[in-house]
Formats: sequence, C-alpha cells, structure tokens
Amino acid sequence: MRLSKRRKPNALWRNHELKAPCRKATMIPELGHFALILALFTALVQGTLPLYGAQRGHAQWMALARPAALAVFLLVSVAYLALTWAFYVNDFSVLYVAGHSNTRLPLMYRLAAVWGGHEGSLLLWLLMLAGWSLAVALFSRRLPTAMVARVLAVLGLVMAGLLAFVLLTSNPFERLLPAAEEGRSLNPLLQDPGLVFHPPLLYMGYVGLSVAFAFAISALIAGQLDAAWARWSRPWTTVAWIFLTLGIALGSWWAYYELGWGGWWFWDPVENASFMPWLIATALIHSLAVTEKRGSFKNWTVLLAIAAFSLSLLGTFLVRSGVLTSVHAFATDPKRGVFILILLAVVIGSSLLLYATRAPQVSLGGRFALLSRETMLLVNNVLLVVACGAVLLGTLYPLVVDALGLGKISVGPPYFNTVFVPLMLPLLFLVAIGPVLRWKRAEPRELLRPLLLPAVAALVSAALLPWLAGAWRMGVAWALGLAVWIATAIVWQSIDRLRKGMPTASWWGMQIAHFGIAVFVVGVTMVSSYEEERDVKMSPGEVVTVGGHTFKFLGVSEAEGPNYVAAVGTFELYKDGKRLRLLHPEKRHYDSSAMPMTEAAIDAGFTRDVYVSLGEPLADGAWAVRVYYKPFVDWIWGGCLLMAIGGAIAASDRRYRIAVRRATPAVVHSSAL
Amino acid sequence: MKPRHQRALLIVGGLAALGVAAYFVLRALESNIAFFISPAEVVAGKAPKDKVFRIGGMVKEGSLHRQDLTVRFVITDTAADIPVVYTGILPDLFAEGKGAVAQGKLREDGVFHATEVLAKHDENYMPPEAAHALEQAQKAQRTLAKP
Repeated sequence: MRLSKRRKPNALWRNHELKAPCRKATMIPELGHFALILALFTALVQGTLPLYGAQRGHAQWMALARPAALAVFLLVSVAYLALTWAFYVNDFSVLYVAGHSNTRLPLMYRLAAVWGGHEGSLLLWLLMLAGWSLAVALFSRRLPTAMVARVLAVLGLVMAGLLAFVLLTSNPFERLLPAAEEGRSLNPLLQDPGLVFHPPLLYMGYVGLSVAFAFAISALIAGQLDAAWARWSRPWTTVAWIFLTLGIALGSWWAYYELGWGGWWFWDPVENASFMPWLIATALIHSLAVTEKRGSFKNWTVLLAIAAFSLSLLGTFLVRSGVLTSVHAFATDPKRGVFILILLAVVIGSSLLLYATRAPQVSLGGRFALLSRETMLLVNNVLLVVACGAVLLGTLYPLVVDALGLGKISVGPPYFNTVFVPLMLPLLFLVAIGPVLRWKRAEPRELLRPLLLPAVAALVSAALLPWLAGAWRMGVAWALGLAVWIATAIVWQSIDRLRKGMPTASWWGMQIAHFGIAVFVVGVTMVSSYEEERDVKMSPGEVVTVGGHTFKFLGVSEAEGPNYVAAVGTFELYKDGKRLRLLHPEKRHYDSSAMPMTEAAIDAGFTRDVYVSLGEPLADGAWAVRVYYKPFVDWIWGGCLLMAIGGAIAASDRRYRIAVRRATPAVVHSSAL
Repeated sequence: MKPRHQRALLIVGGLAALGVAAYFVLRALESNIAFFISPAEVVAGKAPKDKVFRIGGMVKEGSLHRQDLTVRFVITDTAADIPVVYTGILPDLFAEGKGAVAQGKLREDGVFHATEVLAKHDENYMPPEAAHALEQAQKAQRTLAKP
C-alpha cells in the first residue's frame, strides 16, 4: 500500500517520509495479534492434553507437552518481534506505539519502549513465561516423562490465563485509525539505561516463580511430594530468585540515581509488591533445602511455592489496577484489575483446593531435635513469612479500610521500618549459626569452635565501629555487630572447611550469598544513620558542605540532547581543601512532555557517594539545590549482587545435573545427608 | 528432653513469637497511619488537630509562589481551597492545574504545613486521593489527560 508516493506539501508529512519508512501501512501488527491468538489455543493444548495423558499414562499425549511449549514460545516471539518492529519503523497506526514512542526517540529507547507501558510489559511477561516453559522443556531430559508433562501443562494453563488477559483487556496491537502524525513519546523518566534492564530482570524473577509453582502443583497432582521433586525444583527456584534479587536491586539503584530523591527504598506499594515474592522465594529456597535433604517440611514447601507465585500475581494486580497511591502508579484501567483479581482467585483457589485434598496423605519426613539445622531453617522461614505478612498488611490495609468505607488512609515508611528491623535482627544472628549445625541433631559444644572468634569480633565491632563511623548509637552497634558476626563466621568457616577438602558449589554459593547480607546490612545501617541531606538556595560562587565534602556552585548553562533541552549545572567538589572533580547535574525538558526531569550528578566511592541535583531556578540566577552525603550506600547494591552471585554458584552445582538421574528410578526418600 | 516435649516447646515458642510480632506490628500500624481528608472536609472542621494527615486535589492556577526554598500554593477540590506551605524542592511533576497530594499538619492559622509532597511517575496520572476529592466536590472538572 504505497499511499505515500504522492508528494504532499505538508512539511510534517515530508518529514515523516524522510525519517520513517513506516508510512507504508503493513500487516505486521495483525500478524502479531494473530500469533497471540494462536498461542492461546496452543497453550490450552499444552495445558490440558499432557495433563490428561499423565493421569492416564498415554505416552503420546504426554509427548505433546514439549513441542507445544516450543510452539507457544515461537508464536509469542513472533508477536513480540511484530511489536518491536512497529516501534522500530515508528508505526503510529498502532495505538500503543503512538502512545509510547516518537520519531525523535533514540533507537535504544524505542526498542526498550516496547515494555515501557502496560500492554507491552505484559507481552514481555508472556515472552518470558514462554521462555521459562521452553527452558523446562529443554533442560528436563532426565526427569520422568509424566512429571515433565504435568509441569509443562501447569505452565501452559498459567500461560493461557495471561494470554487471555492480554487479548481481552490489553491488546498491544490495537490500531489507531487514522494514524497519528507523531507519537506521544515515552515517559522521560523511563528514558534511561535503567529502564532497559530493570523491568526485564524483575519480570524474569516474577515469572520464574511460576516454574517453582508448576513443580509444586504437579507434585501435588501426582501425589509424589518427595526429595526428588524438591531436588528438581531447587535450581529453578534459585534462578528465579536471582533474577528477582537483581531486578529489585536495579530498581532501587535506578530510583536512587535517576529519580533524584536520594533514597534507595521507599516502602512504596509497588516496591512492596516485588519485595513480598522475594521474601517468600527466599523462605522457599531454604525450605526446599530441608525437603530435599531430610524429606521434612513438604507441605510447607508446597504452600510457599503457591504463595510465592500468588504474590507475583498480586503484585501485578497492585501495579496494574491503579488501586493504590504509589509513585509507580501509571494511568490505568479498572477492568484490568478485575481480570487479574479473577485470575488470582482461580490460581489461589484451585491450588489450595488441590493442596487440601492431597496434603493429608503426605508423610511428615524425618524428625529432628530442637538444636539442629532443621530448626534454624524453620525459624528462618517463620521470620521471613511473618515479615512478608507484615509488609502485606501495611500494603493492603489502606485498600481494606477504603473498601469498608472507613475513609482513605496511607501507611507510612516508619511502620515498615519499625516492624521489619526487629524481625530481621534474629535472622541475622542465626545466619552465622545455621550452616555450622548438623542436620537432625547437633550438640551445643560443637558450636563453640566455629563461633567463638566471630562472637568476640562482633562484640568488639559493636563497641568500636559506631564510634569510628561518627557517633555511637545502639541501633548501629547492633547492626554492625551482626554484620561482622556473619562476615567473620563465614570466613572462619570457609578456612575450616578448606582443611577438609574443597566444599561443593552449593556450599560456596550459600556462604557468598550470606556474606552479601552482611555487606547489605553495613550499607543500610551506615546510610540510614549517618547520611546528610540538605536542600539549599545557591547563587553562583556560593559553597555548601555536607559530610566533609564541599560543593562550589559555578553556574548553569544550556545544553541540547537528542530530544530534550537541559539546564546543566556545574559544581566543583572539594574534600579537605582539595579539588576532586566537577559535577554536572541536569534539569531536562523533553520536547514531548510538559514535565521537567531531574538528572542527579553523583560522585560514587567505595565508602561514600556524594550527590547533587538541581531543583527549581530561583530569582537572580540562584537555584534550589539538593546535596547529599551517603556513606556506604553502594554496599547496599553490592550486597544484593553478592547474594545473586551466590545464588548462581549454588544453582550451578553439579549435583543438580547428576543426581537427578540417580534419583529418577523410584527413590522416594533420599537419605542423603 | 523427650522429642514430644521438644516439639511442644517449639510450638509454644513459635506461638509466643508470633504473638509478640503481631503486637508490635499492630502497634506500629496504629501509629503510622495518615488519614486522607479532602479540602472540603478540612473547611468543615473534620481535620484532626496536631496529627499528620494528607490532603489532595488540584494545585490552583496562579496560586504557586516561591520565596527561596519556601513554596506556597493552594490545593483545591473546587469546593474549598486550602493554603499549603512547603519548604524544600518539589517533585518534578508538581505544577499548577495538576493533581497533587500533600502530607503534613494543619496549623491554627488554617495553613497546611506540608512535610511531603507526593511524587509520581506519569504526568497523566491522577493520584486516586486527589481524584476522590474532586469527585466528592461533585463539580465538573477539566480532564487532566492530554488528548
């Protein structure tokens, strides 16, 4: 359809002909839409026939699961590529593209804009779910056929539910006729490298929990909740957890440097929505360890797997329904909320019903003494689940109060801090003890050798470190003492273990992840106790000092970016009279948007960040300026990174690849220690 | 200790811990709730004294004044106007004619002293609380969404 052959005198029109090859209306978006519809039917096949086959022992029907998963993945990929294409060629006859892109948006952000809005981010979600299904189909050669068929069927059903959601309420391929001349562009906040990675990582984690869920549900259906099931489920759960950890950490870092708020966590409902599945997934990882090694906690593990995935769906509901006042809230459509709520009800309802019918037949597993690793992991689980419950309460309480007509309220960050910190302190204390205890029964005297040195180190640090950091405070003493307790215990235990030969990858993974917690705790404690923040009015030539660092304001000049103009400030940073460097915070005005955007300038360091951002221009060339001194703030994300690396090392353990084969022939209770 | 006693001890300990946790959770929740009160309700005297609450509505056109870091503006639900004062840097999305939510206390003089002005991600997004206030005022409002 080469309508654009005729020359139009209109300047805008010519401009489009020049820049965008898109004016040829193509069928590609329809192709994408059609692929999604086909994917829905394929997913329904994947979700039903293999399940039926597994129950009846029909090998051919079970064998359908793998090719169906592959087909769904290919179809969803076609849809995803079709939408990406529409962004690439600026096809503004697609409503979603017109709403989230324009011709002057740089290519990288045009491609990332695919998941910059509701419809596209759900499509990304679908692609990832299809990807996880395909991964299960590919890497499950050693699993029994019936198990694979069931797992893929459960994933197929989840897929079908979400595909129906997208097709019925959030079709990204909806046309805008006549086509828009120019798109509305992407929200400037999202025009940042952080956007390119944060949502995909987070979604990988969210969606990955569906695999743990599918394993749990298929084990329930089969009535085989055994050690083998736990061993198969473990690496998948860990990998999903790694993505979730990285996604949350990256989101936190993004908020810190991009939003110009200077905080790293706000207890915002949407942050909580990603944090709750993380807490439960963390509990699940530990509970799976007990189920695999000792055959205990089976019912509990299954419940955690169901809860983790349900909380992922709840998170989607909270983000996408617009029911909560949140910094993340985007303009939304209530119809979608209702659909997700129904999906959530179906998932939770059917899972729990299945659980109720099967749970009584599950054996209890090995007994254990009060002082044993099992007890430690039980306490870990209780604390994490209670913490998650408290976060859930604080997040949903405003909704409940509103629904009951008791008024509109909000729950502030102090609530979450007051509740969360006391719950985490005992957990930190136990992190050092758990790994040295033996399964089943441990003797108190065995604890003395591995823990004496860490205990002394912790007490000394608690007494001295806060004093060195600035001012001695009780809370800081506790937190730093516990961080040192964990760190020294890990180092000490590692030296001890190395004498007896090389420990397994799992063991190293655990220790590195736990070490990450210590690093994280140092970061959180230092920044929340000793940070300095100041909002000041500054005229060129004036100086301001925070945390021993002096900023000299030199002035503001104009600069032009690809699709914005910016006021660029220049600050000289001094420490102890020595000039360190220049800092250039920006205030950007994007062409497409009425709102300005703050770009903070950060001088990052191992033990501190200093941070300056521009507020509004005031009279006589003065500016409102925000300056921060953030001690150890980067340790927060460093700790998260260590946790993720630890998880990756643990998931790579050879045991998961070799032992699966051994576990396959009818081993019901692994007695491995 | 017999295993049965140990289990009992474990269960009792667990329940006690849960009870203590529940107590702290509810107490913390109680003291950290901020009610949302619309400008009309504030004028009607329904605002709590010396307690933090939130107000929401539109920032009245022409009401925004800056003096150094102190900002004064009026939040309106079209039925009632509340003067607000805030010290510090406002979020990027704050503008006249847009929805806004502020948290703080109402002083004797009828001025709302905000300690926090809510930031948002999307210029077309209206905080539900602000929308609620406008709805309650039952006045026709201009749509905030751009065409």
